[in-house]
Amino acid sequence: MSSLDMKQSSRRDFIKISAQAAAFLAIGFDSLANGTGVKVKKMPHEPHIGVEINPYVLINESGKVTLFNARPDMGQGTSQSIPMLIAEELEVRLDQVEIVTSDGSDKFGSQMSGGSSSVSTRYLPMRTVGAAVKEMLIQAAANQWKVPVSACYAKEGRVYQKNKSISLGYGELVASAAKLPVPKNPTLKNPADFTQIGKSIPRPEVPSKVNGTAIFGMDVVIPGMLYASVAHAPSIHAKVKSYQGEKAIASPGVKFVLKTERKMPHASTEAVAVLADSYYSALKGKRLLDIQWESAEAETMNTDKYFNQLHEAGKSSGFEYKESLKGDVEQAFSSAKQVLEASYQTPFLAHAAMEPENATVYVQDGKVEVWAPVQGPDSLVTELAAYLGLKKEQVKINVTFLGGAFGRKAYYDYVLEAAHLSKQINAPVKVVWTREDDIQQGPFRPGMLSVLKGSLDAQGIVTGFEHKMNGASILNQVFKVPLGNAPDPWAEEGINLHDSPYAFPNRRNSFSLISTQIPILWWRSVYASNNLFGQESFIDELAHAAKKDPLEFRLELLKDSPRFVAVLKKLGELSHYQQLKAQGKSIGIAIARSFSSICAHAILVEKQGAGVTIKKVYSVIDCGVAINPRNIKAQVQSNITMGLTAAIKNEITVVNGQTQQSNFHDYAVLRQGEIPEMEIFVMMNNEAPGGVGEPGLPPVAPALCNAVFLATGKRVRKLPFDISQVS
Amino acid sequence: MGKYSIKLNGKKHLVDVASDTPLLWVIRDEIGMTGTKFGCGMGLCGACTILLNGKPIRSCSTPISTIKPEDKLVSIEGISSNTSHPVQLAWIQEQVPQCGYCQSGQILAVASLLESNPNPTDADIDTALAGNICRCGTYQEMRKAIHSAAKSMQVNPKTKSK
Repeated sequence: MSSLDMKQSSRRDFIKISAQAAAFLAIGFDSLANGTGVKVKKMPHEPHIGVEINPYVLINESGKVTLFNARPDMGQGTSQSIPMLIAEELEVRLDQVEIVTSDGSDKFGSQMSGGSSSVSTRYLPMRTVGAAVKEMLIQAAANQWKVPVSACYAKEGRVYQKNKSISLGYGELVASAAKLPVPKNPTLKNPADFTQIGKSIPRPEVPSKVNGTAIFGMDVVIPGMLYASVAHAPSIHAKVKSYQGEKAIASPGVKFVLKTERKMPHASTEAVAVLADSYYSALKGKRLLDIQWESAEAETMNTDKYFNQLHEAGKSSGFEYKESLKGDVEQAFSSAKQVLEASYQTPFLAHAAMEPENATVYVQDGKVEVWAPVQGPDSLVTELAAYLGLKKEQVKINVTFLGGAFGRKAYYDYVLEAAHLSKQINAPVKVVWTREDDIQQGPFRPGMLSVLKGSLDAQGIVTGFEHKMNGASILNQVFKVPLGNAPDPWAEEGINLHDSPYAFPNRRNSFSLISTQIPILWWRSVYASNNLFGQESFIDELAHAAKKDPLEFRLELLKDSPRFVAVLKKLGELSHYQQLKAQGKSIGIAIARSFSSICAHAILVEKQGAGVTIKKVYSVIDCGVAINPRNIKAQVQSNITMGLTAAIKNEITVVNGQTQQSNFHDYAVLRQGEIPEMEIFVMMNNEAPGGVGEPGLPPVAPALCNAVFLATGKRVRKLPFDISQVS
Repeated sequence: MGKYSIKLNGKKHLVDVASDTPLLWVIRDEIGMTGTKFGCGMGLCGACTILLNGKPIRSCSTPISTIKPEDKLVSIEGISSNTSHPVQLAWIQEQVPQCGYCQSGQILAVASLLESNPNPTDADIDTALAGNICRCGTYQEMRKAIHSAAKSMQVNPKTKSK
């Protein structure tokens, strides 16, 4: 993922997109040769034949329309939302078309699902693609009928002549349309005329996910492939000193025992793989391996030690974010009526998607083909070509459905592992990680420490606010960007001035880098998931110190940010906040903007024994133009569940290089009986579309902990915490 | 290795595998039906849920040697021939799946629940689904879908699974 993709999309991005769209169309009309070198027994797509109007639209002579989705679907709904943008303008119903995930080739441009950026960055380019193709089809029909374009219109895959009962299907027009020039500035529909965008249309892939036919990476079968199970080091960074594979190779079905490597961006580790004719034979063979690890250096890695370093770093002033600097916080603190200080700690977390990491790779002379659940086929092409010493054109990626990802499947160590093995044996290899591999090997969401300081005057108005972030840098470890004396720009997500427009007259954000060898990566909502816990909890602390209602306190501080005010007011109404407060109920709130969308939660808890129970979660999200409101609600629910899990279930701890948790018994996630009732409201407006896959997560933990404070008087400053025993 | 006869989705299959091979891998790798998923390998997540004589089991931790030839096994592929089981229809109606990976297991657990308990309470649902994790957090939509499937099965009892 390039840093540009990962950066939040901003209003600026929204405006510059039209220019990009024209470039896509200029690519022209290559006819698509989509034959694969391998006969695939079990993969989603057969070769697609037809006229490629542009890389995203393929129409064949019988009128069948294929739309290419360049944003892999990990459950967030891009296999509907992205092609829908094309379909809306092209005037085809989504249930009339076939949707195919792009293969990583350059003609599709960026293909990364990440940073909640899919809809926000594709909204205009994909509509422009659809509109341009529609104009060409209409022009072709007008030419054939010898009537002006204005006498024609398109609907559901056909071009009609106004006031006449003549029409031509897209299939009949595509050959002549493909010879026409590509309109540079096609006219986009007025949003009021949308027939698909903004409607809660059922997602086309859902039936395949209820009858077992959806193909995930785990389900790929290539003739001649071997299954691999890999013995990774117990201490993540250990090397293989020696190993005895005789027993494994003698085990039924086992074909090879091979040393392999796990290539991460910041380090390579060694491992031993067992390859067999079935997965279970490979797994059994692996259990028979005898491996001696070289792990003295790897064993120096400890999360406890790391957090101690964070607390030490938190005492220094850190490198400040210049763009967020306002006034002079030190002066504000020294002249304040009240000064508050508090530190908030967030843990390392594993992604734990339901589908463990897996990849099927076939490295042949001068080419490689991959079948795998990956978030960005284009970045995988780049990485794999470099790894194997091939040209990008020699790499083909077949993206399957992703059985969850949450950021993890944009890190391609598992794919490279399969490539390393396939290259050694000249046959397709399917690597399947165990759940233990998934939980123990990382990469993880980094643990971070927020050190906060704030001051109030005699009227309870905030005069100074400082947020010092301390911890590891994804940009530095994964992308090897040296930070020098600068703060990590990504680590300010959710608390920079754009995302957090609280009207503090004096303000300072800073970052102290504490490097670690523990593999780290973005995890749903990235640093916003760390930052907002501290920020929104501390705002609450200030409100209580000022003896003001936390909702009123926020409204006052955000009064110049109308979208925030609207979300908070709606949340108050939805949750019956005032009435519940008047009844003495414990309802905590938090609000955050991340990935260009604003989301606020109100969480109602009740004291029970020494802890609390969560009664209900109310949410309001403003993500600008809503593509599929029902799916947006589903994503908010998903974020609430994941955010609550992160707050009250398990963390990842590393002791002497070894992850202490291994499977769902000690890295638990919320189950059916643990889910509170949720009520979610989606604001409808015409603002530029923002993200949906992540913005619901950051405000969860602080809203919960703010409610816990009301119920118990205890302030939670370290996650995760035991909700049944708040101390 | 040994030869085993199992009856999956009404059809007999002869497989030649080690006696400790979990049903999950027999169904996926030997028989070639991939709707049943691997999630944890320890019976903790429920992604591998299938029905054994109508009751949900974790196929990842059920060795083939424990299955009798007359046992009736049902995987997601066998619950209906055309995605018409009331639970599947309710799942579509409520748009339950997100990533979808856990849903085969969830649907089979629910189908079994509704067979024995046509009108489950929320508490019954919590108990029946306690073994099935959904990392995407589709729990609330599942609950809605279960209640609506229960209703449709009462109105139209013939649509119950066999």
